[in-house]
Amino acid sequence: MSDSPAVTAHNPELRHHFADMAQQKDAASLGMWLFLVTEIMFFGGMFCAYLIYRLQHFNDFAAASQSLDITLGAINTAVLIGSSLTVVLAVNAAQRGKRKLLVFYLVATIVLGCTFLGIKAKEYTQKFEEHHVPGPTFHFIPTRMAGHPEQPPIDERHAEMFFSLYFVMTGMHAVHMIIGVGLFSVLTFQSWKGRYSAGYYTPIENAGLYWHFVDVVWIYLFPLLYLISLHG
Amino acid sequence: MATATLPVTERENYLNKEYGIRSWLFTIDHKRIALLYLLSVTFFFFIGGLFALLIRLELLTPAGDLVQADTYNKLFTMHGMVMVFFFLIPVVPATLGNFLVPIMIGAKDLAFPRINLMSWYLYVIGGILIMHCMLTGGVDTGWTFYTPYSTAFTNTKIIEAGLAVFVAGFSSIFTGLNFIVTVHRMRAPGMTWGRLPLFIWANYATSIIMILGTPVVAITIILVAAERLFHLGIFDPKLGGDPLLFQHLFWFYSHPAVYIMILPSMGIISEIITCFSRKRIFGYKFVALSSVAIAVLGFLVWAHHMFVAGMSVYAALIFSFLSYMVAVPSAIKVFNWTATMYKGSISYTTPMLYAFGFLGLFTIGGLTGLFLASLGIDVHVTDTYFVVAHFHYIMVGGVLMGYLGGMHFWWPKISGRMYPEGWGRLAALIVFIGFNLTFFPQFILGYVGMPRRYWQYSPEFQVLNVLSTAGSTILGVGYLLPMIYFLWSMRYGKQAPDNPWNAAGLEWKTSSPPTTFNFDETPVVDFEAYDYENIKDTDDDGGAH
Ligand SMILES: [Cu+2]
Repeated sequence: MSDSPAVTAHNPELRHHFADMAQQKDAASLGMWLFLVTEIMFFGGMFCAYLIYRLQHFNDFAAASQSLDITLGAINTAVLIGSSLTVVLAVNAAQRGKRKLLVFYLVATIVLGCTFLGIKAKEYTQKFEEHHVPGPTFHFIPTRMAGHPEQPPIDERHAEMFFSLYFVMTGMHAVHMIIGVGLFSVLTFQSWKGRYSAGYYTPIENAGLYWHFVDVVWIYLFPLLYLISLHG
Repeated sequence: MATATLPVTERENYLNKEYGIRSWLFTIDHKRIALLYLLSVTFFFFIGGLFALLIRLELLTPAGDLVQADTYNKLFTMHGMVMVFFFLIPVVPATLGNFLVPIMIGAKDLAFPRINLMSWYLYVIGGILIMHCMLTGGVDTGWTFYTPYSTAFTNTKIIEAGLAVFVAGFSSIFTGLNFIVTVHRMRAPGMTWGRLPLFIWANYATSIIMILGTPVVAITIILVAAERLFHLGIFDPKLGGDPLLFQHLFWFYSHPAVYIMILPSMGIISEIITCFSRKRIFGYKFVALSSVAIAVLGFLVWAHHMFVAGMSVYAALIFSFLSYMVAVPSAIKVFNWTATMYKGSISYTTPMLYAFGFLGLFTIGGLTGLFLASLGIDVHVTDTYFVVAHFHYIMVGGVLMGYLGGMHFWWPKISGRMYPEGWGRLAALIVFIGFNLTFFPQFILGYVGMPRRYWQYSPEFQVLNVLSTAGSTILGVGYLLPMIYFLWSMRYGKQAPDNPWNAAGLEWKTSSPPTTFNFDETPVVDFEAYDYENIKDTDDDGGAH
C-alpha cells in the first residue's frame, strides 16, 4: 500500500489506489461535480413540469402564488445566501489549517440551515391552516391582485396544481437541506477531532459544493414560486 | 510476470487472498464486487426468465386457460421490470465493466471503491423490495407505469415497485459516476484517450447516459408516488394534470436506457472481433466516437414511443428524423466490425460465435427499429408484437449475445480456468437458433395484427405462437448450459494461462486471475490499442485457434 513513489505518500488520508494526494483530490472533486450534474437533472424534471403547467395556466398560478408569504421567502433567501458565505469561510479556514475557526463556521452554517428549515416549517403550517394543501380539504379563494381589476375567474383545480408543485419542489429542496445539515454535523465533529488540515480538506470542500448547489436551487425556486404575479 | 510459471492455485490472487463471507460482503475490491453483481444479476435473470416462460406457456393456446387476465398482466409487468431494471441495465457495466474498467486502463481500482460497494448494496436493497413486491401481489401496469392508470386506478403495489426502481436507479447512477471519474483520473502513464480500449469508450458513453438519464426517471417516480399517495395533481387529468407529461419524462430516461444496455455489449463485440480476426480495429476513432454520438443523440429521440399518444405532426416529424439519425452511429459500428474481419485470420471460438450472432440479431433489431421510426408504419404496428420482437432483438439478441460473448472471452481472466470450448460452441448455436425461433415469428404476428399484452388471441395466430413458445424452451436450454459449465469449470476446468487468446490489452498482461491490486507495478503504456499486427500468433499456450 505504501509503494507509491510520490513524496506525499505518507499522508495517512491517501487511499491505496491513488498515486498521490493531488490525484485523489482531483478524483473526489470531479466526482462531486458529476453528482451535482445528476442533481440538476433530478430537479430539472420538476422544473420542466412546473414551467409547462405555468405556461398553460398562468393566471391561476399567479393567483395561487399571491397567497405565499413573500417576506418569509425573502428572509429565507437571505439566510441561505448567508450560509453560502459561512461555507466559503469554512473552506478557507480549513485551507489555512485553523481548526477552531473551521468548527465555528461549520456550526454557523448548520444554524443558518436550521433557521431556513424552521421558517419553511412555519410557512407549511400556514398553508395547512389555510387549506392550501392539495387533497380533499383543499379550497382556494384568490385575493384581488393589485392593478388587475378585470381579473379572470380562477380555476381552483389549477391553483391546486400550483400548490402540488410548490410542495413537491420545496419539499425536495428541504430534503436536500436536511441531508446537508446532517453532512455538516458529521464534518463538524470530525473537524473538532482535528481530522482536517491544510493538507487534507477535500470533504469540507465537496460538502461546500453540495451546499452551494442546494442554495442555487432555492435562488431559482424563490422567484418562480413566490414572485410570479410581480412580472405578469 | 515473474510468478507466471507457478500453478494458479499456489499464486496469490484476488480470489484466494481472503476467505469467508465477510471478506466478500465488505470487500472494496472491484473484482470481487463484480462477482457479487454477477451472482445477483444472474439470480434476477432467472426470475425474469421464469415469468417469460409462464407468459409463453399461456400463449401456447388461444384461450386464456393457464392464468387469468389479471395474473397475466402481472406476469408481463414483473417480467419487464425485473429484466429491464435488475438485469439488462446493470448486466454488463456492473459485472464485466466493474471487473475490467480499472484493469484495462492500468489502475488498481475504481476511483471510489466504497461507493462501488454501496452501489451493489443499493442494488440488493432494490432487489429485495422488488422481490417482496412480487411475492405480495405484484404490479399490473406494465413496466412503463403509465398514468393515470398507475396513479389513480390500479390497486397493485405501485409505490413499492417504484421505490425498488428508484433505489436500483441510484445504484446505476453511482456506477456511472465511478466509471467516468476513473476513466478521467486513473489512467496509467501512456494510456491516452486515443489508446483506450473500445470497451472503455463504450462504458464511458454508457456512464454519461446513466448519470444524465437516471435522475429524471427518479423524479418521475417520486411524482407518481406523490400523486398516488397525496392526490397531488401532476399527471392525472381529473386533477388538472397531463398524462402525456408522464410519458415524456418516462421515455426521456427509458429510451436512452436502451443504450445503457446495448453500448457496453457493443464494446465487448469490438474487443472480441479484433482479437479473433487478429487485426487492428477498422476506424478506431469512428467506433469510439460513435459510442459518444449514440449517447448524445439517444437523448433526443424519446418521443418516438408516443407517435400515437397525441403529439403535433411537426414534433412527430422531428422525432422521426432524429430516430433515423441515431441509427447512423450504430451502422458505423456494424460496418467497421465487418471491415475489421475482412481479410483477417478468423478463428471460430465461442466468443466469436456470439459476436457473429450479435451482428446478425442487432442488425435485424436495428433495421426494424427504423420501420418503427417511420410514422406511417409505426401507426400500423404500435402496441403489436412487431414492437415486442423489435426490442427483444436489441435487448436480448444484442445485449445478451454481447454479454455471453464477453463472459466466455474473459472467463479465463475472471476465474483462472478455461471453459469447455466444445460445450461453449454448442450453447452459442443453441442460443442463436432458440432466439430466432422465439422472436422471428413475433415480427410476423405483429405485422398481421396481434396486439401485445393480451392473454388471449384469435386462433389464426396459434401456429406462430406455438413456434415462439417452442423457441423459448430451446433458448432457455441455451442459457442454462453456460451456467452449468461455468460452474463446472471453476473446479474441473483447465487452468488458464495469463493470455489464452494471445490478445492485446492490459488485462491480458497481468496474471489470471489478477492479484488484488491488478498489477505488481503500475504498467506504462507505449502501444496502441489492438496492436495485433505486432503480436506474434505463437499459439503455444492452449488458445483455441
Ligand atoms: Cu426508443
